[in-house]
Amino acid sequence: MNKINLAAYWASSCGGCDIAIVELGEHLLELAQVADIVFWPAATDFKYADVEAMADGFIDLTLFNGAIRTEEDVHIAHLLRQKSKVLIAFGSCAMEGCIPGLSNLVGPERALRRAALETPSTDNPEGVLPQGHFEIPEGALTLPRLCGTLRTLEQVVPVDFKIPGCPPNHDQVWNALQAYLAGHLPKNGLLGVDPRTVCDQCPRVREGKIRVKQFQRPHEVIADPERCFLEQGLICAGPATHAGCGALCVKANMPCRGCYGPPDGVTDQGAALLDAIVASFDGQSDAEVRQIVGTIIDPIGTFYRFSLANSLLQKARALASQGDDPCASQAATEGETL
Amino acid sequence: MKRITIDPITRLEGHGKITLFLDDQGDVVNAYFQVPEFRGFESFCEGRPVEEMPRITQRICGVCPMAHHMASAKAGDAVYKVEPPPAAKKIREMAYTAFVCGDHATHFYVLSGPDFFVGPDADPAQRNILGLIHKVGLQIGRRVLQHLAESHEVISLLGGRFVHPVMALPGGVAKGVSPEMQARFIEIGEHFVEFGLFSLQLWKEAVLGDNAFHEMIFSPAYYQRTHNIALVDAQNRLNFYDGRVRVVDAEGREVVRYAPSEYREHIAERVEPWTYVKFPYLKHFGWRGLVDGMESGVYRSTPLGRLNASEGMATPRAQEAYEEFYAYMGGKPVHATLATHWARLVEMLYCAERMLELARDPEITDPNIRTIPTETPHEGIGVVEAPRGLLTHHYITDERGILQKVNLIVGTTNNHAAICMAIKSAAQALIGGGREITQGLLDRVEMAFRAFDPCFACATHALPGEMNLDIEVFDAKGERVAYLSRTADQAS
Repeated sequence: MNKINLAAYWASSCGGCDIAIVELGEHLLELAQVADIVFWPAATDFKYADVEAMADGFIDLTLFNGAIRTEEDVHIAHLLRQKSKVLIAFGSCAMEGCIPGLSNLVGPERALRRAALETPSTDNPEGVLPQGHFEIPEGALTLPRLCGTLRTLEQVVPVDFKIPGCPPNHDQVWNALQAYLAGHLPKNGLLGVDPRTVCDQCPRVREGKIRVKQFQRPHEVIADPERCFLEQGLICAGPATHAGCGALCVKANMPCRGCYGPPDGVTDQGAALLDAIVASFDGQSDAEVRQIVGTIIDPIGTFYRFSLANSLLQKARALASQGDDPCASQAATEGETL
Repeated sequence: MKRITIDPITRLEGHGKITLFLDDQGDVVNAYFQVPEFRGFESFCEGRPVEEMPRITQRICGVCPMAHHMASAKAGDAVYKVEPPPAAKKIREMAYTAFVCGDHATHFYVLSGPDFFVGPDADPAQRNILGLIHKVGLQIGRRVLQHLAESHEVISLLGGRFVHPVMALPGGVAKGVSPEMQARFIEIGEHFVEFGLFSLQLWKEAVLGDNAFHEMIFSPAYYQRTHNIALVDAQNRLNFYDGRVRVVDAEGREVVRYAPSEYREHIAERVEPWTYVKFPYLKHFGWRGLVDGMESGVYRSTPLGRLNASEGMATPRAQEAYEEFYAYMGGKPVHATLATHWARLVEMLYCAERMLELARDPEITDPNIRTIPTETPHEGIGVVEAPRGLLTHHYITDERGILQKVNLIVGTTNNHAAICMAIKSAAQALIGGGREITQGLLDRVEMAFRAFDPCFACATHALPGEMNLDIEVFDAKGERVAYLSRTADQAS
C-alpha cells in the first residue's frame, strides 16, 4: 500500500489541536507506517516554500486547525486547499471560531487600544502601534494585516470534512483517521462524533421534574455530583452540544460549555442552548421569565462561548460589514458562501 | 542588501518568522524576529464572569493550558479574597507539577530533541519526533510516549482532559482525589522521577558527551548576559505554584524580591512597531533596547533564568542535579542559552519529585476542597511559573464579579527581547565569512530560539495590531463617490 501524504497546520490557534495529535501516543507510530508527514510546523521542519513547491493535490489529507484571523491565515488556507485532496476543519477554531470568536464582539480597534496603549504594565509614551509595513535601515519589514472579523475555515475555502472539539478528543481523532484510511468517510461531513448530544453520554441523573427558579454560578454552590447540572440551576451546554467527547468536563464535576458544537440538524448552537434553558424555567408569566433570565450572567459568552463566529448573528453582521474587511476580497474570489 | 527569510520557524508553539539582512560580503548586518499572529484575549475577556476565566484563558494556549488555568483560578481566589482549603491547594500544585513534567518532556523530546538526536545537518524531513524515535530506538521512543501519556492521565483524572482541563475555580477545585486515584498518582510519580533521572542521563551522554554539541553550548554564538527572575519559596528555592518573585542581576546579585501582586512596580512592557508582541523589561534598569549586560533591562524567565534566580531546589535529587549543573557550567549565573535545555531537565526532575511528594501526602484525599466566596469581588492578581516563564493574570471586576479590566503577561513574552537577541547573535556568529548558507546553518539559528521553548500562541494573546480601515461610499448606481483609508500596509 502506498503511503499517504499528510499535513497539519495551525492558523490562529492555541496549539491544543496539535497536542491532540501528539496525544495519539503510540498510534503516532502506526500512523507513521501509513502516512508521510509533509507539513506540520508544530513538529516538523517543512517551510511555506516547501508547500508552495508541491503539485496541486499533492497532499492527500490536511488537518487544518485554527481560525482565520489574518491575511496570512487566508493565504495559507487557500494554499493548502489547492495542494490538498481532502481538507479537514480540525477542531473548534477552524470549524466554528471557538472562544477567540468572542473577539468579534469587541472588534479589532477596541482590542488594539486596550493591549498596546492601555494595559497597566504597558510603557508606550509615543503611542507606537505595530505596523503592517515598517521601514528599517536594512529594508522593510511587513506583518500580515488583521481581518475585520475572525472567521471559520469554511467561510474562506470549501472544506470536505469537520472534526469538532476544543480540542478534538484524541480517541475520536484516531477513529476519524482510521475511517479515512479505510475509505469509510461519511457523507454528512462531520467526523469524530457520536450520535446525539453530550446529555446522551452524561452519567448524571435527570429527573425531569425540577423547575429552575434562578441560575447559580459554579463557584457559588457545591453541586450534587450525581444530578443534572441544569436541574440544579447551573447552566450546562450539554443539551445543545454534539456528543463525541464522552462528557469529559461533566465527569470532572464541571458543566459543559459546548466545545463540540451544535448537534446534527442545528444551525445555531446559542439559540439551541437558549431553547433548552428556557424549557427548564419554572416561571410562566413574562415577569417571572424575565426575573429568571436576569440571573443568567453573560448570556452571549455563555450561549455562544464557542460558536459565535459561525452563528446566525455573526452571519447577519458579516453580510452587513463585508466591505470593511481587508480579507473579504480574498475570500470572495474563492466563492465565499457568507 | 540580501534578505533571507525563515518562514515559518518550526518546532515551537505558534507563529514566527526570522528575516536576516546580509551585506555584500554575505555577513549578517541585522536579524529580525517577528510574530505575525494575533489573538485578542484581553479585550474580549472583559464582560465575562471571573469564575469562567480559568476555562476561557486556557484557550490562549493549548500547550500550557494548565498554566493559564491555574494563574486564572489564583487570580479568581484573589478577586473574591477567598482561601482554598489545604487539600485543594495541594491538588492544584500536584496537578500543576505533573503538567510541567509532561510539558518539559514534550519540549525536550518532541520540539527540540530532533536537533540533538537527529542533528541540525540531517535531512529536515527526518528532523522531528518520528525521526528521533527512529534514531534512539523504539524502546526509548515508547518510554517517552508513555511519560507524556501518564502526565496527561494525571490531568485528565482531575480535570477531565489534558488539553483545557476544568479542575480549578475560585475557592478550590471541582473534583477531589479518591484513594484509588491517589494510588495511581503515586505510581505515576515514581515513574516521573525515574524518567527525570533517565532524561538527565541521556542529556549527559548524547549531548554533553558529543564534542560538537559541547562546543555549541559554550559558544559565544549562544550567549546572552541577561538578568533573571524566578518564583521562589521562603528559602529562595524555585517554586512553580506560589511564592515571591526574585530578581537577580546579570552578575548574580539579588536586585529585589517582591510579592507577585506588586508586578507593576517592577515590570513594564515596550511596544515596537515591527512585531505584534510586546517587550517586557525590568523597571529597575529601564529599557535600553535589544541589548544585554548590566545596564539593560532585559531579563530571562526561562528554566535557565529560574535556576539562576533561585538558590536551589526543594527536593533532594533535583538539588543534586542543580549542583552538578553549576559545577559543570562553571558557577552561577550561567548565560549559555543552550544550557537552558539542561536546566529544563533539572526542573523536570524537581516537578517529578514534588508531584510524588504531594501524591503521597495523606491530606491530598481530604474531601474538603472548596471554599465558597462570601466577600464582594474586586481585584486580583494570580501568578504561576509557566513552563516558559512567569505567568501573570491581573483582573479587575465589578461587584458581581464581571470582568472590567484584564492584563496578562505570559511566559514567553517575558523572554521576547532575549529571544530576538539570541537569534541575532547566532545568525551573526554562524552566517557569513564566505561560508555557504546551508539548511543546517539555518537550523542552528533556529536552535537559538528553540532553547527558550517559546509559545507565540501565548505571546499573541493580546492584540496590538494596526488595523486596516477602509470606508467606501457608493451612490445608488454603485459608483464609488468617496474613499477613506487609514491602511497601515500601503505597500503590500
